Amino acid sequence: MSAVLTMEEAEPAQVVPSRHTGRWITATVVLVLVALLLYAMATNERFQWDVVGKYLFADPILMGVLNTLILTVLAMIIGIVLGIVVAVGRLSDNFIVSKAAWFYAWFFRGTPLLVQLLFWFFLSALVPRIALGVPLGPELFSFDTNSLITPFMAAMLGLGLNEAAYMSEIVRSGISSVTPGQTEAAKSIGMTRLQTMRRVVLPQAMRIIIPPTGNETIGMLKQTSLVLVIGYSELLTSASLIYSRTYQTIPLLIVAALWYLFITAVLSVAQYFLERRYGRGFSPLSAIRVDKNKQDKNTVDTDKLDKDTSGPAVPANGPASGITTSAPSANTEIPS
Amino acid sequence: MNKPMLKASAVCKSFGAVEVLRAISLEVAAGEVACLIGPSGSGKSTFLRCINHLEKIDGGQMWVDGDRVGYRLVGNKLHELKEREIALRRASIGMVFQQFNLFPHRTALENVTEGPIIVKGVRRQQAVEEGRALLERVGLGNKMHNYPSQLSGGQQQRVAIARALAMKPELMLFDEPTSALDPELVGEVLDVMKDLAESGMTMVVVTHEMGFAREVADTVHFLSEGVLVESGAPSKVLSDPDHARTQSFLAKVL
Ligand SMILES: Nc1ncnc2c1ncn2[C@@H]1O[C@H](COP(=O)(O)OP(=O)(O)O)[C@@H](O)[C@H]1O
Ligand SMILES: [Mg+2]
Repeated sequence: MSAVLTMEEAEPAQVVPSRHTGRWITATVVLVLVALLLYAMATNERFQWDVVGKYLFADPILMGVLNTLILTVLAMIIGIVLGIVVAVGRLSDNFIVSKAAWFYAWFFRGTPLLVQLLFWFFLSALVPRIALGVPLGPELFSFDTNSLITPFMAAMLGLGLNEAAYMSEIVRSGISSVTPGQTEAAKSIGMTRLQTMRRVVLPQAMRIIIPPTGNETIGMLKQTSLVLVIGYSELLTSASLIYSRTYQTIPLLIVAALWYLFITAVLSVAQYFLERRYGRGFSPLSAIRVDKNKQDKNTVDTDKLDKDTSGPAVPANGPASGITTSAPSANTEIPS
Repeated sequence: MNKPMLKASAVCKSFGAVEVLRAISLEVAAGEVACLIGPSGSGKSTFLRCINHLEKIDGGQMWVDGDRVGYRLVGNKLHELKEREIALRRASIGMVFQQFNLFPHRTALENVTEGPIIVKGVRRQQAVEEGRALLERVGLGNKMHNYPSQLSGGQQQRVAIARALAMKPELMLFDEPTSALDPELVGEVLDVMKDLAESGMTMVVVTHEMGFAREVADTVHFLSEGVLVESGAPSKVLSDPDHARTQSFLAKVL
């Protein structure tokens, strides 16, 4: 008995880490399967990799990529900005405003996107002229709807207005996640409702809003391919124009898919940085950062102090800017 | 004493059918420290929130530094203030909450500089200098760049006090500032409040800390079920109250 105890108490000679044999086996199986798949794809002549290579950087494809990016960015900007407006409207005390906002979300989420796109495209058939003027008085502006609603406009409006409906729900859940105490604290230091929203509520809501918005952006990237039906030449349209001529359908679809994958990867990286930016003060990451500061407090702290006094706010995290989802975040940084 | 910093005259407030404040009248002179005590649910927080118009009063009148809260008298009519005017008035009344309510996405220093920069349009550099001085004053000179989640409750509440002071308020409201704190952290917050009182700040403090009230308050007001039962010097109200309700309340908390 006592002998066993001394064994337990004795200083162990060596620590043997647990071996995780199962993990190694699983990883190996997965790697082998992926290798087999890649091999099969690479050696299957019907994939026509030479054609893929030939068109991957072809001008019409690159134009398509550019158009897809432009459309994604613009539609998401419309979606986010209008989505915030609709979400704030939903939470408004004004009964009419909140019901109108509800109706907006209901209508645009309740009808197929394809129908909405076609509707915008054929708007000119419904409303040949859009005129702005005094009722029964002189016209101030008037447009020929046909020249106003180009395929590009129809695509942007269709995608953007539809996206706003989804974004409004995301923004609303983000805003609702901020405790009422935050609004009260902001009011108590004399902030107006707008300042409270911009400086206190939205930046905190961002933490909840960004991950689903990343999803929405990636979804939008691929959703833009729906505008094929109204003839705006984004990536998939460009690819289809080529394969309808050359009948090299599979390799051109692969070209398009590779581009979508690449852009999705870039967006995912942007999302990672945005999440980190808006997780400040919440995530364990920032806690770790400060703990490190504590160890060599003197150097790090004075460094920070200097930065602070050096005047106008230099956004602490540069890399977050640029991609679509940063649009509202830029807002929140502008002091009134 | 000249014009009171706070004057409430027959202030009434109801939530639906529930009368929470029943004709509360009291005055707080400039530089005075007034403590509100009373059982939970007696309307202390509501009264405090009426002072900076976080709640709208239903009856009676209230003045802060001679300005009517929430209204402007034009001729013989009361005009309700616009949002911006209300915000402006609030800027000169500091408020400290039971749950601190610091902005979690901003560091201690940013919490303190937010109001001056955004509301008052103070230059960033000046706001940072003043903010730093305030944080030093509440003993947090070494925590300026920490986020609230990295601070203890007592430290958070001291940042919250600094945040309110950064607006250079003429009146400070405290709603049970130490009730959410672990017992060993209460002292550090009360010390800051004591210093503030000594510096001449006008303060209205809702508290259950009878020791603080006895030591620091000039006047103690006892509220029960929305009624101001009695007011007076702490030595009187806390030691030798006239009313049976005050006596039974004190018997429970002391
Ligand atoms: N927003 C509100 N809506 C309805 N009732 C409220 C609201 N705020 C407070 N009350 C009620 O008013 C009474 C007084 O509350 P409060 O002022 O918080 O008391 P105290 O701070 O003294 O504990 C309580 O009965 C409470 O339930
Ligand atoms: Mg209370």
